[in-house]
Amino acid sequence: MKILVCISHVPDTTSKINFTDNNTQFDTNGVQFVINPNDEFGLTRAMWFKEKQGASVDVINVGGPETEPTLRKALAIGADNAIRVNTPAKDGFQVAKQLANVAKNGAYDLVIAGRESIDYNGGMVPGMLAALLQANFVNTCINLEIEGENATAIREIDGGKETVTAKLPLVIGGQKGLVEESDLRIPNMRGIMMARKKPLYVVEPIEVAVQTEAEKFEKPVPRGAVKLIDPDNLDELIELLHSEAKVI
Amino acid sequence: MSVLVYIESEEGKFKKASLEVASYAREVAQMLQTTVTGITFNTDDVSELATYGVDKVLKVNNEKLKNFNAEAYADTIKQAAEKEGTKVVVVSQSANSKYLAPLLAVHLNAGYASNVVSLPESASPFVVKRTAFTNKAFNFTKIDTDVKILGVSKNAFGVKESQASATAEDFSPSLTSEDFSVNVTNVDKAKDKVTIADAEIVVSAGRGLKGPENWGMIEDLAETLGAATACSKPVSDMGWRPHGEHVGQTGKPVATNLYIAIGISGAIQHLAGINSSKVKLVINNDPEAPFFKAADYGVVGDAFEIVPKLNEKLKEFKAKNA
Repeated sequence: MKILVCISHVPDTTSKINFTDNNTQFDTNGVQFVINPNDEFGLTRAMWFKEKQGASVDVINVGGPETEPTLRKALAIGADNAIRVNTPAKDGFQVAKQLANVAKNGAYDLVIAGRESIDYNGGMVPGMLAALLQANFVNTCINLEIEGENATAIREIDGGKETVTAKLPLVIGGQKGLVEESDLRIPNMRGIMMARKKPLYVVEPIEVAVQTEAEKFEKPVPRGAVKLIDPDNLDELIELLHSEAKVI
Repeated sequence: MSVLVYIESEEGKFKKASLEVASYAREVAQMLQTTVTGITFNTDDVSELATYGVDKVLKVNNEKLKNFNAEAYADTIKQAAEKEGTKVVVVSQSANSKYLAPLLAVHLNAGYASNVVSLPESASPFVVKRTAFTNKAFNFTKIDTDVKILGVSKNAFGVKESQASATAEDFSPSLTSEDFSVNVTNVDKAKDKVTIADAEIVVSAGRGLKGPENWGMIEDLAETLGAATACSKPVSDMGWRPHGEHVGQTGKPVATNLYIAIGISGAIQHLAGINSSKVKLVINNDPEAPFFKAADYGVVGDAFEIVPKLNEKLKEFKAKNA
C-alpha cells in the first residue's frame, strides 16, 4: 500500500497570534512551527499501517524552504520520503491542486490529510483533493482500518459517529481518534539521524490561479473584565445570566 | 441567479442552524437583488421556511438519500445550483456541511470561504469576514470566482424572520453509482441528548473534577439547562469522557450562547476553541486560573459545593419562569 500524508506547517498551538504590514501578514517572529496536529494523528496512523500491514509512507507539503524542518520531523517520526512543492501555500484550492498533481503521478492508495489546519482553518484541502483525484473521501475520520482494497472508517458526526465503507483509492480528512494522543511519537536521536539521509524531493509547482485571497486580519476586541460573583450569592449570578446576559 | 441555501433536517425537522443560514441567505439575496432558493432532502412540509425568507424550495425526495452521503448530496446541490443559475451557495458549518462543501466547490468551480461570521463586507469585490487561527483572529477573504460558497458559523448571524412564499417544487437530480461509493453501515448517535453542535448552552468540565465518577453533577446541571456536556483535552486524553466531548483547538469548536467552564484552568488551546461563544461563565477554585481573564462571569470557589447549589437554584428559577 502506498500512503501519502499531507503535512501542513503551522504555528505551535500555544503561539501568540500577531500580524504585520498593516495587518496583512502573519507575524512569524518568535513563532515555533510544528506539524499541524490533525496531520500528525494521520501520520501516526500511517506509521501503524507501515509497521503492521506493510506500507510505504510519503509526506508532502506545499510551501517554501522554511517548511523543510517540519518535513524532516515527519521523516524522523518514520516517513520514508518527503516531497516539498516549491511554492507558498496561498489558498485551499491552490494547495489541493498542487497536491493532486503529485498524488496522481504517485498512484497512492491512501491519502491522509488533517480535517483542517489550525492556522487558516479552511477545512477544504482534503475534500477538494479527493474531488480533484476522483477518489473516495471520508471527512472527520476518527478510525481507519484497511483490508486489501476495502476501507472501513468511522467519522465523527454532530452528536455521534458513523461507520462507512469505501474502496481505495481513498482520501481521509483525519483528526484525533485516528490514533490517541498517547500514541504520538517524539522523534528519537536515531530517527533524527536517519531523517537527515532520507530523500526530500523538491518539486516545482504547476500553474494554478487562486480562488480566494486573505486580504487582511483583525484581532478580536479584548473583552471587559470578568464580573466575579460571591459563591454564597448564586441568586445574583442567575439574575445576571437572565437579565443582563439574557442567556437563560 | 438566486442564492441557494442547503437546508439540513433531521427526521423531517429543520435544524436551527439551517434556519440561521436561510436568514443569512435572505440578506445576501437582498444585497445582490435576487431571490432565495432552499434545497431540502426528504422533507415533507416546507412551509416553515417561508418565515425565514426562502422564496422557493427545491424538494428532493429519494430513498437512496435517506442517510447523508456527501458525494451524492454535493452532486444534487451542484445540479440545483446549475438549474437556478446560482452565484452564491450558503451552507452551515455542521459536520455534514463541512464534509460536502469542498466537494461542491470543486464541482462548481467555486471559491469557498468557511467559518464566515458576518454578511459580506461588499459584493464587488466579494469580501467576507471569517475566523482564522482557531478563533484567535479574523480574516477578510476576497473570493475571486464567479460562483461562491459560504459556510456560515453557527450563532454568528442569528435566526431572523422575514416573510416569503417558500413555493415548493420537486427536484430529481440524476445520480450515478459513483455518487454512492462511500456507504454508511452504522450510525451511532445518542438519542434525546443535546449535541454540542445544536446546543444553546454547553456545560464543560475539566481536571478540577478529579475523576470521571464526579460527572453526575455536571450532567444534572446540563439537564436542568437543556445543555450539552463537554470537557477539556486532558479529561478526554485520560479517557474520563468520550473524545466527542473534547472542546478546543484540536477538538470541537463551541459557538454557543452560554459556555459554562467548571474546573478548567483555561489553556490557550482551550480558549481558542470556545472563543466564539457569546457568554462565558467560569467556576474555579483557583482565582489565578487564566480562564477568568477570558470570562464574562466568574465564581471563585469549590465546584463540588457550587455546582449542586447552582443546579438547585436554577431548578427553582426554571420552575418560576416556566
